[in-house]
Amino acid sequence: MSYSFLDFEKPISLLEKKIEDLRSSQDQPDVIQSQVDSLNKEIIKITKELYSNLSIWQKVQVARHPHRPHFSDYIEKIFHNFDEHRGDRNFGDDRAIIGGTATFKGKPVMLIGHEKGKDTKDKIERNFGMSQPEGYRKAARLMKLAEDFSMPVITFIDTPGAYPGIESEERGNSQAIAYNLSVMSKLKTPIIVIITGEGGSGGALAIGVGDNISMLEYSIYSVASPEACASIVWRDSSKAEDAAKAMKLDASNLLELSLIDKIIDEPLGGAHRDIQKMSSVLSDHISEQLEKCSSLNISDLLNERHKKIMSYGAIE
Amino acid sequence: MKKWFDKILPSFIRQNPEERPSPIPQGLWQSCPNCNEIIYGPDLEENHYVCTNCGHHIRIGARHRMSYFFDNNEYQEISESIETKDWLDFKDTKKYKDRISESINKINEKEAIISAYGKVKDREMVAAAFEFRFMGGSMGSVVGQKFTDAVYYAVDKKLPFVCFSTSGGARMQESLVSLFQMAKTAAALNDLKQAKLPFISVLTDPIYGGVAASLAMLGDVNIAEPKAQVGFTGPRVIEQTVRVKLPDGFQKSEFLLKHGMIDMIVPRTELKEKIFNLVSKLSPKIDEA
Repeated sequence: MSYSFLDFEKPISLLEKKIEDLRSSQDQPDVIQSQVDSLNKEIIKITKELYSNLSIWQKVQVARHPHRPHFSDYIEKIFHNFDEHRGDRNFGDDRAIIGGTATFKGKPVMLIGHEKGKDTKDKIERNFGMSQPEGYRKAARLMKLAEDFSMPVITFIDTPGAYPGIESEERGNSQAIAYNLSVMSKLKTPIIVIITGEGGSGGALAIGVGDNISMLEYSIYSVASPEACASIVWRDSSKAEDAAKAMKLDASNLLELSLIDKIIDEPLGGAHRDIQKMSSVLSDHISEQLEKCSSLNISDLLNERHKKIMSYGAIE
Repeated sequence: MKKWFDKILPSFIRQNPEERPSPIPQGLWQSCPNCNEIIYGPDLEENHYVCTNCGHHIRIGARHRMSYFFDNNEYQEISESIETKDWLDFKDTKKYKDRISESINKINEKEAIISAYGKVKDREMVAAAFEFRFMGGSMGSVVGQKFTDAVYYAVDKKLPFVCFSTSGGARMQESLVSLFQMAKTAAALNDLKQAKLPFISVLTDPIYGGVAASLAMLGDVNIAEPKAQVGFTGPRVIEQTVRVKLPDGFQKSEFLLKHGMIDMIVPRTELKEKIFNLVSKLSPKIDEA
């Protein structure tokens, strides 16, 4: 499979190119193989070096990588027996948020997450993962369904933010997001939140309150997208890189601030380099979290959740 | 509408109402930023800074709000001493710390919200009021905390809770800490609801982003002042995204009322009476200590 490489990955792409050239050359197969092997080793070495030292902006780029696995990939690779449940029962069905029931290790779960879309047509249909109020309302409906039928909720966050449109305002973007915060903070079933790509603003938080908040190693999470923050604070959206740095939006900084609970390691070179491995790591994480939640009765679970929410930015 | 002579004035004389340090015009005679009518200061004060000519609701600060709400301007503050924390060591064109001290020096308030309790027509209530002149009324950790503390004070003392919001949204300079205040304020309001105590959310011009999408929209009753502008995304960003001219009155109180987001529009001069009446119905039995 050929990857599209990010600018900072140029040394890797050059080596990959060399391998490709070798493979199409007329040399002896065993000679080619030994050269390919040593180039592959070199690639691993360079990738390790690059990825052990990513800047915040480079992490933003990985989080937005065109091949970054999406919610729909994880549904397929981690869960079984998925049925999509559509519609908010009020106005419509938002395609930027997918929700549905599935089984995980034989037990029912409710899955809710953003889907940015794969090809151009899909991306447009999914509005690049930017939900309108119906998406949040569908999410709230499904959370309550999960509560009613005693299954845990697992959410996957990957959105640049809520969609800034006229209709979104007419149909109450603010109210829809606010209502979800209210629902999630007291939902009587476990909520496991995973930020897989971009966690942008209220559109992310609208499915982001729960008992365990974890981030993939190269995902990002902030009050506004770097571009939006730059245009608000610097009055210049081209300052996005400065804004990303200032907001400390990467997983390691946010863990240090105790705003998230855990960082989930990604395969070498990012989740997109090995979706299978990423899914299996995620699957282990979900198992572990569900087990932790199931060891508490509901009122303890809610107390712990409440304590966590109240600890955000608490000042003594 | 800009008058022709405004355009030829040198910039240091020209006054853009948006850029004035105080939303309340100073001096004995003051002009309405909407209709430019010159109004006698004490008349304006008496009329709660609603223009006596055109009815425009001039923006007022948090202390002013409290003075119109609590009987005899008497109230006790809650968590007043909490100080802003620079969680991220944030710096844009200026340091966050410097922006904070500038705001403090400019308006002599410690943060973008005041929380307090006092009597309203002899009935005890808890209220919070946002201060737009303090970093655009933005919600960071202190605003979230002071709001939450006020809610729990109301829960403890079994009192109704009122919030006068005006805010540009979650504060960028505290990034995710600010975003999470949305969850915190919403969770606190759940506990108020659990205790069967009413929350009256008063929307005043303007409210956007993270404050609109959390506490402001979660009132048991949502009241807006006339022509207050309230939305999730600011009109400029929407216009740039959808590339369509926004309809007249977009995101104004009347728009919110039409689209079902608020219960009613109430002029500022009638707010106290209206809130008292609503609370009397929602929370009729109260154990006056």
